[in-house]
Amino acid sequence: MSFEPKIVSFLCNWCSYSGADLAGTSRVHYKPNVRVIRVMCSARVDPTFVVKALAEGADGVLVCGCHPGDCHYSEGNYKTMRRMPLLKRMLADFGIEEERVRLEWVSASEGTRFADIVDDMTERLRALGPSRVKTALAYDAVER
Amino acid sequence: MAGEKLQIALYWGAACGGCDVAVLDTNEFILDVHAAADIRLWPIAVDGKYADVEAMEDGELDLALYNGAVRNSENEHIAKLLRRKSKVLVAFGSCAHLGGIPGLANLASRDEIMNVAYLHNPSIEKGNTTLPRPESGVNGSTLTIPEFYKRVYELDDVVPVDYYVPGCPPAADRIKEVLQAVVSGGLPVPGSVVGANETALCDECPRTKNEKKVKAFHRPWQVMIDPETCLLEQGVLCAGVATRGGCGARCPSSGIPCRGCYGPLPGVVDQGAKLLSAVVSVIDSNDAEEIDRILDGLPDFTGFAYRFSAPSSLLQRSVRQ
Repeated sequence: MSFEPKIVSFLCNWCSYSGADLAGTSRVHYKPNVRVIRVMCSARVDPTFVVKALAEGADGVLVCGCHPGDCHYSEGNYKTMRRMPLLKRMLADFGIEEERVRLEWVSASEGTRFADIVDDMTERLRALGPSRVKTALAYDAVER
Repeated sequence: MAGEKLQIALYWGAACGGCDVAVLDTNEFILDVHAAADIRLWPIAVDGKYADVEAMEDGELDLALYNGAVRNSENEHIAKLLRRKSKVLVAFGSCAHLGGIPGLANLASRDEIMNVAYLHNPSIEKGNTTLPRPESGVNGSTLTIPEFYKRVYELDDVVPVDYYVPGCPPAADRIKEVLQAVVSGGLPVPGSVVGANETALCDECPRTKNEKKVKAFHRPWQVMIDPETCLLEQGVLCAGVATRGGCGARCPSSGIPCRGCYGPLPGVVDQGAKLLSAVVSVIDSNDAEEIDRILDGLPDFTGFAYRFSAPSSLLQRSVRQ
């Protein structure tokens, strides 16, 4: 059986979730590998959420928020813009590939953009292979 | 005397010895401890042997303070032994609590560590191929040393722990409080962190705090640090925002940023991720490229964020192994 990557995505309520909704109502086809979690703002995505998703077996994590300047809360997405690059650097030190965590800006009118991002990320993760985090942790439990 | 006096043991696993010294830092109070308790094992100070502990009844010890992480098979053996022999087992200090400084080794593999330490270190004789092994034969007999594990564990990865006393090392005053609580039976519910506060270090830090907006991060030696203002506001990385208080804010009070040794706040599962979240949002820029440049001023942020807690983090260790 071919490898199907699991992607956990966090979409901000005001732009990106509406964008994903538009993709649905417009009947745009995209890969079913993404699991959507709606959050009020991309800044609500504590780096802990991303780490936890990876630790529990996600092959990738996608965070989407309003375009810079468009945040419903004025500057929430700027906080995300500062956190995610450092989180990626930190995850690299734990041996987690850069492609596994992705931050994108998706507005409420960009249904096709959301679909394209999901398709693209799915294919990149498929090429990368399964995340090793979960197997590494399970292996640890049995062998010192 | 056994039966009247408290029976206690102190042990060091993968540790530097600082926790044991911190116990001695309670000064003359240690004499009160000695008056109230028999110290049955304390490798740094008292002549108890492992065999003496092995000969005890199960539960014979009232209290065991275990400092240090679990790095090798000896650490694990003694952790399990003390668990069996003690009514109350305390993870004492950052290493036993969260993995501590030795836990940073989890960012490298065992092979990488052995290579650097024994084969390719500049201070090692060229061509050396001798590596420590659990068993080796010498003149027809077998010598054994503890097995070096693939990663570092916190104490409660190995045995159930009753209480956690954080700190690198725990503050002497808090050690006193904990020991007095043991004598008076005033310990909280098992599983608690004792000898620390429920709020962040910032709460007890005497520095004045205003809105935090930072254009660049500095190492402490690169700037003249203002003695009154919050260190983070001055662009000096301080872990206080995501660290338990209780230490008395000794580091920030003397111009040194908090390093996070008292561990995560209640309810936080991953100290490093939380620290990242708090620290980076103070960057004063809305431009992705500028943010990247500012982040370049944070060498080894992972080492900073998980300085004392890598083995207890959600990822626990590098997956490159």
